Amino acid sequence: MSDSTPATGRPQTPLPQPTELSKPYWEACREGRLTVQRCKSCDGYVFIPQPCCGTCLSEDLEWVKSSGKGTLYSFTTVYRPQQPTFEVPYTVIVVELEEGYYMLSNLIGVEPDEIKIGTPLEVFFEERSEEISLPFFRVRAE
Amino acid sequence: MKSPYDGVAIVGAYNTVQAKQLPNWTESGLVLDAIRGALGDAGLTPADVDGVNVSTWVSQLSSRTVCQWFGGRPSWTGTSHPGIESVLEAAAAIQSGQAHTVVIATAQCGEYTERESTVSWTRPENEFVECWGLYTAAEFALMAQRHMHIYGTPREAFSEVAAAIRSNGALNPDAVFYGRECSPAEVENSRMVADPFRLLDCCITSEGGAAMVLTSTERAKDLDVKPIYVLGGGLDRQGMSYVTAPVWEKYGWVGRRAAEMTFEQCGLSTRDVDFAEFYDPFSFEIIRQLEAFGFCKEGEGADFVLEGRIRIDGDLPVATNGGILSYSHAGVVQLLQKPLNAVLQLQGRLAPEITLHQPKVALATNGGSGALFCDVMALGSEPV
Ligand SMILES: [Zn+2]
Repeated sequence: MSDSTPATGRPQTPLPQPTELSKPYWEACREGRLTVQRCKSCDGYVFIPQPCCGTCLSEDLEWVKSSGKGTLYSFTTVYRPQQPTFEVPYTVIVVELEEGYYMLSNLIGVEPDEIKIGTPLEVFFEERSEEISLPFFRVRAE
Repeated sequence: MKSPYDGVAIVGAYNTVQAKQLPNWTESGLVLDAIRGALGDAGLTPADVDGVNVSTWVSQLSSRTVCQWFGGRPSWTGTSHPGIESVLEAAAAIQSGQAHTVVIATAQCGEYTERESTVSWTRPENEFVECWGLYTAAEFALMAQRHMHIYGTPREAFSEVAAAIRSNGALNPDAVFYGRECSPAEVENSRMVADPFRLLDCCITSEGGAAMVLTSTERAKDLDVKPIYVLGGGLDRQGMSYVTAPVWEKYGWVGRRAAEMTFEQCGLSTRDVDFAEFYDPFSFEIIRQLEAFGFCKEGEGADFVLEGRIRIDGDLPVATNGGILSYSHAGVVQLLQKPLNAVLQLQGRLAPEITLHQPKVALATNGGSGALFCDVMALGSEPV
């Protein structure tokens, strides 16, 4: 666990426990790279990590770098926290990445009443422990 | 047209006491109370039971253990989770002759003790979900927010849904929130939980148990009970709940396939449905299901509810016992209580203020958009 106060101003919240399957993803996050699985057979993207491609069931998947750029697909600003260690309000989002896949994250740096679906976003990382850096999103200048 | 389950009748339906907490009960005690109640309801004895599907969430009670409780007599055990899937599984077992009389039961208590956090079964420990502060309200809010964006769904429709269902519970002496009347304005003024959901848009948490008994229509003829018929049903499962992003365009209409299967099996349509025991974890989910199942067009669910149509005196009353917004939400037990309350309503056994005038066809559902699954079944006071 990191002693420094995170830039997002939040105390320590539950951290991911990587599995054999997700280890490459979290290792890349720690190095500041957002990655995603891609199917070598049909070129489709796969997220969250799976043992096979959801389109053709091929197991021949590779980890590739994601642009980390996307748009805000949906959001909810949470006032009743999942656990007390979450500082409210915080905004949970679904991001539609340029590659066409979706991921959950938190939106940082936007006032709740200024959040708009369709806003261009970009990923940034914040170290939360020796093993885990989380991929947050912020508004991207177009 | 005959239902694929035309040889099956539901003859017992029983809810134990439901309350915010039941400190003097165990899950085993609740399960036994529910089973005895449902069998007594049907005028049956434990010796009549040859099929069992009993499970609990916290104490992990199994059907094999409960067979032992029955003196080792039952021969068939169901493996489905409590709810519509277990009712359809039991009905199929009876229809195919694998069992004659099946008891389905479940209970939940002793789970929610740390009130600082949301109840544990709403907080998935998944590595791609938990770290963002998600829980079920946020999952469904992400769906609702997208629906509002696409269709311009007004927040006032959410308040109307919550008030309509909570008003049913206020009239139900068995409801945890009995006597707690609720207006749309009160919903609107309650504190924000996960935008757009306010406190009164969200279901309650409670404890309790429930059981249902199914038997053959042949056997039902000899019982002093009004049998209820399984008209049809189907599942719609699109992956694990609370693991991947709840993307409206992918999962927004979950349950539609199950509803289509259900109607196809019995030759009925939305016009034939007299009331709906819809899964009501959050107000928005009712609007979504009305649209997904074809009670109205996509994007018109808000108008449907704002016309007062899901109220107890409307043309499609929803969650007539108060649902999980007001009656009870004891974890997995509510899954069984959806079809179970359809049975009680069809039998005319609810409190007079929430009893409909001779309803014939009910739709019950389990699961919704944020959970990425939605099962549907139709029940009738007469066979089709
Ligand atoms: Zn593929």
